[in-house]
Amino acid sequence: MTIAAGYNFGYLDEATKRMIRRAILKAVAIPGHQVPFGSREMPLPYGWGTGGIQVTASVIGPDDVLKVIDQGADDTTNAVSIRRFFAKVAGVATTGRTAEATLIQTRHRIPETPLREGQILVYQVPMPEPLFRLEPRVAETQRMHALADYGLMHVKLYEDIARYGHVAISYNYPVMVNRRYLMAPSPIPAFDNPKMDRMPALQLFGAGREKRIYAVPPHTEVRSLDFEDHPFVPIRADAACSLCGSRDTYLDEIVTDDRGGRRFICSDTDWCASRREEGR
Amino acid sequence: MSTAGAPLLEAEGLTLRFGAIPALEEVALSIWPGEVVAIVGESGSGKTTLLRVLSGLVRPERGTVRYHGADGAVRDVHGMAESRRRLLHRTEWGFVHQNPRDGLRMGVSAGGNVGERLMAVGARHYGSIRAEAAAWLRRVEIDPARMDEVPTRFSGGMQQRLQIARTLVTRPRLVFMDEPTGGLDVSVQARLLDMLRGLVADLDLAVLIVTHDIAAARLLAHRMLVMRHGRVVEQGLTDRVLDDPQHPYTQLLVSSVLAA
Repeated sequence: MTIAAGYNFGYLDEATKRMIRRAILKAVAIPGHQVPFGSREMPLPYGWGTGGIQVTASVIGPDDVLKVIDQGADDTTNAVSIRRFFAKVAGVATTGRTAEATLIQTRHRIPETPLREGQILVYQVPMPEPLFRLEPRVAETQRMHALADYGLMHVKLYEDIARYGHVAISYNYPVMVNRRYLMAPSPIPAFDNPKMDRMPALQLFGAGREKRIYAVPPHTEVRSLDFEDHPFVPIRADAACSLCGSRDTYLDEIVTDDRGGRRFICSDTDWCASRREEGR
Repeated sequence: MSTAGAPLLEAEGLTLRFGAIPALEEVALSIWPGEVVAIVGESGSGKTTLLRVLSGLVRPERGTVRYHGADGAVRDVHGMAESRRRLLHRTEWGFVHQNPRDGLRMGVSAGGNVGERLMAVGARHYGSIRAEAAAWLRRVEIDPARMDEVPTRFSGGMQQRLQIARTLVTRPRLVFMDEPTGGLDVSVQARLLDMLRGLVADLDLAVLIVTHDIAAARLLAHRMLVMRHGRVVEQGLTDRVLDDPQHPYTQLLVSSVLAA
């Protein structure tokens, strides 16, 4: 293990890591509840994953194998930079393989490969408050959480169905955690929501700018909000991956020319690559 | 109206001051199931404050408010947990504001406004929520074809009727109304009062209505309280108070009304 000179293990100082770990423990104890924490300045801008990176820095150990996902991909700027950052300040091994990783920091996707017990999934969260577009007062949203007064969220769903015939939320689709707290799952596609339900891995959520941490412990019930006669439907482009042919994964649409040409490929690069290796 | 049995809401010794100004002084009142009680008085006499204290929105300095719940239990409105008070406010109670903008969500469709209380108490079937909302809109004389419009496109009278539908949809036992006819023109007021009278009788509601409109009070209320400077100066059956006022202030109030 080699750590760049002058840095503490994992970049953050030990006192900060302890403070964040305390927030994480509290968050795990109260699934879906947003716990405030003293978010630090990190060497990347707000909106690039300052919350996720602090959570990762607090739970990472020398034996961990880190994977970083950015919109499903392992090879985009953000994913590469964060992976390189932890290789430098924690000296940990990094990987692109979901199955090999013990710690996965993600932006906007859950891997297609099912996660297992012992793995930790860290989400980068821009806005932890699921009610913020509906109720502008923070004090009031906190009271609504305290009293589990979530009728307003259903009014939003009702309005969508009345207006569009279906719930028009395609990402950051609100969920009930453990039948108690309404939670923003971070901007993952609604397609990924069912994967959160009773996931064997620990799910941690960090919002750096908003200074909140929340968590879903392993095997916890996570239900997407819906109506009895308008059940939740995960949305997916009706096409096959043009690389691996998959018909059951989340796809990215790529515009290939200016005459309406387009193709779809798996958003999860690791999953797509493994399938192609197996298949051929 | 029946005065038999226990009162629904009982208040005694309510006192509240805003600085040196007495808003309420030793106010006591009771309201029985199915009864409409009007609180009249001039601006600044403490009517609205009294309503807010009775409904638990404002805590008094002294005095108690007790509510006899549908489950038979008697509870101190200001002593109960906030969660229970909120539950009361969206189930057994209703509050109709003077300005419909305070009681409605202006960015949400009429149907959504009516459905909100249903969803807040756990209704999760879109079809039945919608059917219930449509039925209530019809009941308050709003064309159900307009249920997907936002209230900003409704007239003042329609907004007020929508607010009433939204409040009554969970079949409350007790409704607080703060000047429900304020700001409406006379013919719209008359229709609203007529509709309210019908709903109150149909649903066997107890209503506590604050108004400075003596005519509205005479039309709706069984009993009447006259307030001045935070005190109840006179109370009794509506016709008795209006036809045979005892207190000089009530006499002044009654004689100030233009005979129509």
